[in-house]
Amino acid sequence: MAFVQKPQVYKSAINTVELGAGDRKIALGGATVYPLYSFDAPIENAPKIGVEISDLGLEGAPKAMLDYYGDCKTIAEVAKKAAAMPGADFVCLRFDGAEPGEGERTVEDCVKIAKEVAAAIDIPLVIAGCKNSQKDAQIFEKVAEALTGRNVLFLSAKEENHKTVGASVGLAYSQKVGAESSVDINLAKQLNVLLTQLGVAKENIIMNLGSAAAGYGFEYVASTIERVKLAALAQGDAMLQMPVVTPVASETWSVKEALISEDDMPEWGNQEQRGIQMEIVTAAACLAAGSDAVILKHPASVATISAMVAALM
Amino acid sequence: MALTGLDIFKLTPKTNCKDCGNPTCMAFAMKVAQGAIPIDKCPHISDEVKAKLDEATAPPMKTIKIGTGENEHSLGGETVLYRHDKTFVSKTLYSVAVSDAYSDEQNEKAFADIANIDYERIGERMRVEAVFVDYVSDGTKFLDLVKKANDMGRTLIINCADADLAAKALEIAAAGKPVLSGANASNFEAMNALAVKHGLVLGVTGKDLAELHDTVEKLEKAGNKNLILDVTMANIKDTFAATVQVRRAAIKDGDRSFGYPSIVNAARLAAGDRHMQTALASLFTLRYGSVVVLEGMSYADALPLFGLRQNIFTNPQKPMKVEPGIYPLNGADENSVCLITVDFALTYFVVSGEVERSGVPVNLLITDAGGYSVLTAWAAGKLSASSIAKFFQEADIENKIKSRTLVIPGKVAVLKGEIEDKLPGWKIIPSPPEAIQLVKFLREFNA
Repeated sequence: MAFVQKPQVYKSAINTVELGAGDRKIALGGATVYPLYSFDAPIENAPKIGVEISDLGLEGAPKAMLDYYGDCKTIAEVAKKAAAMPGADFVCLRFDGAEPGEGERTVEDCVKIAKEVAAAIDIPLVIAGCKNSQKDAQIFEKVAEALTGRNVLFLSAKEENHKTVGASVGLAYSQKVGAESSVDINLAKQLNVLLTQLGVAKENIIMNLGSAAAGYGFEYVASTIERVKLAALAQGDAMLQMPVVTPVASETWSVKEALISEDDMPEWGNQEQRGIQMEIVTAAACLAAGSDAVILKHPASVATISAMVAALM
Repeated sequence: MALTGLDIFKLTPKTNCKDCGNPTCMAFAMKVAQGAIPIDKCPHISDEVKAKLDEATAPPMKTIKIGTGENEHSLGGETVLYRHDKTFVSKTLYSVAVSDAYSDEQNEKAFADIANIDYERIGERMRVEAVFVDYVSDGTKFLDLVKKANDMGRTLIINCADADLAAKALEIAAAGKPVLSGANASNFEAMNALAVKHGLVLGVTGKDLAELHDTVEKLEKAGNKNLILDVTMANIKDTFAATVQVRRAAIKDGDRSFGYPSIVNAARLAAGDRHMQTALASLFTLRYGSVVVLEGMSYADALPLFGLRQNIFTNPQKPMKVEPGIYPLNGADENSVCLITVDFALTYFVVSGEVERSGVPVNLLITDAGGYSVLTAWAAGKLSASSIAKFFQEADIENKIKSRTLVIPGKVAVLKGEIEDKLPGWKIIPSPPEAIQLVKFLREFNA
């Protein structure tokens, strides 16, 4: 019996969510086939790649990355260069320096930086917080206000601060809300339900289902993304049809494979290459599982992953 | 297609003779349908019916064995498309390519890479499992590479569409049970004869899925079902489409002719681009590549890839565990502070990662908690003052370590008093509740 192709197109679709404004805006989601399965039906919006920059600048960045950013001095220059990175679809500004503690960055400072970055780039902007939910809620509210109309995604609203973040980012300033849960399909759904009950339109929600570096419990990440995509597509679960954004760089550059120097572990070889490959392997695996966007930081990883996505579309 | 209990019942003698150990033929048929007992438990079933049933009740994807001895590997045998449904059983093998089309320097580098990668991660030895010997045009150089590859002590995949040359290669390497790959629509008869003669797995290719399917059907008709499908097509997109569709046809649509493991040649799809090859190895580890071929393997490639593979090929119902014991970190010695946590692999990784980041020498103690996370283990009674005291005794901590300071997980800070009672002489300090706070905590503690 000859082989007959049986394209698997679902009746339900992933929500289409736009980020940014003007000519350079992008759209995530929209597909009615399993992520990357462009052989089942054309995929209108290919997965997107974000370039992460930190409010702390380039301190401690690996050499090839420093080379890429060259003599960028201000955060605006860094942002501009990040936006120009081949393969970049959006820029993600992370407020590492805002974490409560000695010398923490104030909310006002964060707003100032966010405005400088937004003014320097014309591709969409994503704002990531400092992992402290309370501080994040304060930063997001003020930055969302300052960047009204730019259609910015905020990462993320969590269970403990979703009311404040949802109300300010999603309702008051009509920006995009990232809903962050920790690798559990039920928690992800619950947070989406809570946010929609608050009045945030589901077209304004994006999920961050949690992340891990390859080898560090990544099976939970992969299976959570896969289960969410199947629930959204095959079962038509409207509370799980939001596109998925997975921050990768923030996980992969802090595991020992990327951190241990060549002096301490000579047999492991070049440290920067280890960091790059860890970022590439994790990002490719996230996309294979079904992420609609990944956030990376090294120019080599951005080039490779964007080329892989282009080759698959 | 799978048969129902009723279908099988119709094929039984229907005598209820109980010779199979079941009260009725119907009960027997139901169990066979579930795969609980094999059909040949019934002594009265004819061979003809048996063959028919074997075919119908066989798993959707064959398990194919390659290599011998410690280099024997199982490929395929998967029953699901997603690991949350059921464990993926045969892990993706990473193979490094040598070729008569490569420079001598590149081949030497590939052999050196294969010898170099060898380490252990959570109880699993990580190394390049297979050498892919590719024939392009220089037969003498190719046979020389087969010889060298054969001496590496790994499983070989001999990719040679020229049956006469392949015969010579097998004179050198057949004993190690390599894969003979390169059968296609035009040469499959000669290649099949060669594979059958040496009892080897045959690798089949095609210019598209229709041709591949066609060739496999012809080979099956000739009696060979010991196959691997090289699903590498002209480019990345077509290869991904082929790999996914082959697996989907086998598992979802019950297409037996595609129910074989796969080879994905990333070295060919992204020649010269090691970053892209690693990205593809990751993609095809999640999406149905049984063997992935790369141009080389450095620790930069190996560490994330083997880590990923170890994660993906685990039982989704069973948490991954690390061995209980003492793990000295950052050059810790017997005088370094002790920090105890559970044997859930994820907890171990997060905690050991943060401890390593702190740079403070710590003896990380992993206690047996059934593979649960801290709070779950505590709630289930698997992490308690008594279990910790028992672990201290079994692992002989008091004699092995001189320090008498023990940091316990902040989430079970309530255990402090009880542990102090069970471990007299020890100073018990609860850590902050989240692992991420450990760096600051340990540095301040050490200062």
